[in-house]
Amino acid sequence: MSIKGKAYVMGVYEHPTRDAPDKTTAQLHAESAKGALDDAGLSFDDVDAYFCAGDAPGFGGMSMADYMGLKNLRHMDTTEVGGSSYIAHLGHAAQAIAAGKVKVALITLAGRPRNGGGRPGAPGGGGRPPQGLTDGPPEAGFESIYGGSTHNTYGMCAMRHMHEYGTTSEQLAWIKVAASHHAQWNEHAFLKDVVTVEQVVNSRMISDPLHLLDCCVVTDGGGAVVVVSPEIARTLKRPMVKVIGVGEAPKLQYGGRKLDLTYSGAAWSGPRAFEEAGVTPADIKYASIYDSFTITVLMQLEDLGFCRKGEGGKFVADGNLISGVGKLPFNTDGGGLCNNHPTNRGGITKIIEAVRQARGEAHPKVQVPNCDLVIAHGTGGSLGVRHGAATAILERES
Amino acid sequence: MSEPMTRQIPAPAVTLETKPFFDAAAEGRFLIKRCNACGEAHWYPRFLCPVCHSDDTVWEESPGTGVIYTYSVMYRAPTGPYAIGYVTLDEGPAMMTNFVDVAPDGLKIGMKVKVKFQPTEGGPPVPVFTPA
Repeated sequence: MSIKGKAYVMGVYEHPTRDAPDKTTAQLHAESAKGALDDAGLSFDDVDAYFCAGDAPGFGGMSMADYMGLKNLRHMDTTEVGGSSYIAHLGHAAQAIAAGKVKVALITLAGRPRNGGGRPGAPGGGGRPPQGLTDGPPEAGFESIYGGSTHNTYGMCAMRHMHEYGTTSEQLAWIKVAASHHAQWNEHAFLKDVVTVEQVVNSRMISDPLHLLDCCVVTDGGGAVVVVSPEIARTLKRPMVKVIGVGEAPKLQYGGRKLDLTYSGAAWSGPRAFEEAGVTPADIKYASIYDSFTITVLMQLEDLGFCRKGEGGKFVADGNLISGVGKLPFNTDGGGLCNNHPTNRGGITKIIEAVRQARGEAHPKVQVPNCDLVIAHGTGGSLGVRHGAATAILERES
Repeated sequence: MSEPMTRQIPAPAVTLETKPFFDAAAEGRFLIKRCNACGEAHWYPRFLCPVCHSDDTVWEESPGTGVIYTYSVMYRAPTGPYAIGYVTLDEGPAMMTNFVDVAPDGLKIGMKVKVKFQPTEGGPPVPVFTPA
C-alpha cells in the first residue's frame, strides 16, 4: 500500500510571535494547534492522532495531549529527529491515515529559546529566564512536588479498585504467584523462587496496598524485535508470526474531570486491536500483559475484555494465569514481576515472550499447546496519573 | 503507625500560566480555573479549557474543600511515610496532593478534606489537604 493520494494537508498555522515573554511553550503549542484546526474548520475533538517532537514539554506527547484536552486519540507519535521531525511526522500521519487507523492528525511545534525555555535537549536553558519562572511540563508544579512514584501512583489505583470492586491483596498476590511459577523454569529469570500468596501479602508494605512482592524487579538488560514484509518473511527460516491487529491509546486526566483510576487505556487499545484482528479475547491462547505491579495486570486483563470490569480479582485467583493450570496462561517467562524489566520498561519483553509462545519455542514446562494466537499488551507512564497503552495481536501462520 | 504524617515539599515549578495561582497561594488563597464558555472548572490550571478548548478561562477563588478519591501511603521513604492521593474538589475536578496532619490509618476514601498551604523549600507554598 502506498500513501500516494491517501492523505491531505487541510490546516496550517504559523504562530505570529517571534518573541514570547508572556506565554509558555505549552501555550504556544496549543495556540498553534488551534490556529491550524481553525484553518481546517475542525476542532480539537476531531483530532484522533497527535504528533510532536522533543520541543514539546513533558512526557512524550502525553503532557501536551493532556494540556490541550485531546480526548479522542488513537495514535501518537513522538519521533525525534530534530528539525526534520515534523516532516517525518507528516509521513507517519499519512501512513496512519492510509492504513485506516486515523482520520485527523495534528502536528505541533513550539518553543521559546529567546525566553529561556522550550529548547529541545535544554529545558529551561538559554535566553533570559523571566523572574525565576520555568517553562517545563505544564503539570509539573501540581504533580511532581507531591512525591509521586510508580509505587504510590499504582498504589492509588489498587486502593480505588479495592474500594469499588472489593478486590483483595490475596487476589493480587495470585498474579505474582503465577509469574513465579513460570519464572522457575527460566534460567535467566532475576527471581526464580516460587512464592505463595501468603509470602506476597506478608512481604513488606511499599505503598499501601502494594507489598514488595506486588512490585516488578529492577533489571539491566535489553531486547529487540525485527518486523518484515510478507515477501521477506517467506524467505526466512523462522516460524512466521504475523501481526493481525494493533491498537493504541493514551489515557490522560482531561482537566481532572471524572477521574477514574480503575481502568486503563487498554479499554480503548484492546478493542481496536481485537476488531482489526477479527478475534475475541476468548480466542487468545497466551497473553503477555505488562506487569509493573500486580494491579497493572489485573486492570489490563479487565480492560482487554478477558473478564468483566471489577471481576479481575476473581479471574486471576487460584492459578488461573498459570500455564497448564489456568484458562489464560500469562507472562510465561516470569514477566516483569520475576524475570526481567529492562530499564524499567517492560514493553519489548512482552512482545518477545508472545513470539516465543507463538513459535512454540517457550520453555517446554510453560509452552501453551497449539499456541497460534497471542496478545502482547503494555502500559507506559503511570496508570495512576497519565499513560500510554498499546496492544498487539499476533498469529502463527502455518 | 499512628503518628500524623508530614512531608517536606520541594519548590514547585512556577510558569507564566501558573504564577497567579502561586501568588495567591502565598496569600493563603486557593484558586482554580473555570471556563467562561462552557462553565466547567478544570485542574491543573491552564489558559486553554481542556473540556471545550476555549481560551476564555478565568481564575476563581475556591474554598478548597472536597473528598478523597483515592490515596496511597508510601512507606519506602527516608523521611517517614507520606500520603499521596487525589481529592475531588467540590467544584468537580480531581487534583493530586499530599494528605498531612493525619495518621496513615486515619485516611479513608470518601473522607471530607480541606486545603491547607504548606511552605516549600525555597518556593511558594503549595496546597495539601487535611481532614475537614
